[in-house]
Amino acid sequence: MTGWISDFMNHPATYLKTGWLQISVSNLIVIVLMLIIFALAILVPFPKDKEGHK
Amino acid sequence: MSEMWTAKLRNKWQKNLPIEKLLPDDQPAYVVSWIYVFGVLTLAALAVIIFSGIILAFEGPAWYHISDSGLFVNSLHFWSVQMFFVFMVVHLWGKYWMAAWRGDRFRTWATGAIAFVASIATAFTGYLVQTNFDSQWISFEAKDGFNSMGIGAFFNVTNLGQMLLLHVAFLPLILGVLTVIHVLMVRRRGVVPPIDAIPTLSEVGR
Repeated sequence: MTGWISDFMNHPATYLKTGWLQISVSNLIVIVLMLIIFALAILVPFPKDKEGHK
Repeated sequence: MSEMWTAKLRNKWQKNLPIEKLLPDDQPAYVVSWIYVFGVLTLAALAVIIFSGIILAFEGPAWYHISDSGLFVNSLHFWSVQMFFVFMVVHLWGKYWMAAWRGDRFRTWATGAIAFVASIATAFTGYLVQTNFDSQWISFEAKDGFNSMGIGAFFNVTNLGQMLLLHVAFLPLILGVLTVIHVLMVRRRGVVPPIDAIPTLSEVGR
């Protein structure tokens, strides 16, 4: 890997630790991302078709 | 009626899953929500995984570790797996909060849950067969866990041949069969209605 992506990825993962709970930043980002997608999937209205009945 | 097993199977299939249910062109009004899209997104990601995996299998490690096109397909395989799990987890959360096992849909729920576990096994064996230092490190960490459970003798994560065959043959076959059964069950029972929905005539009659 070269460029910014190697600077971004070529190092050991950063971990957050509080008490018994330890999680890597990358895993935390993925979990938060999934929760955001889940919330958006429920809240964002689905586009209607041209007839407007669906 | 013929007593042949083919006729019995055909009649049972036609009764439970007629072609109108297998290939519908309409869905109930409550399906108009993004949360219902994540099942098919999971299937789409699985299709990319299988397609990119077949290319990787034909070209081999010397290609996917070195060449630009090989690195691209390798990354396509990896990231489609990440998308597969993100979509599947959102699908799982959605179905959990809908209590999607209602209306005689327990087997639909159960095949989905087992497919989830099979997906994890398939993905983890994938990490073991990258043929790089990463896979070497992961397998030597994982072996202690499996040995502590007493199953390291017949599920040896440091055995590249065993893990490779499980990853490209056995586990995809299991996952593929489970996925087909899961989708057929969704087609047979229909998409689960919201908890406060008024039952349709077909549901009342069941």
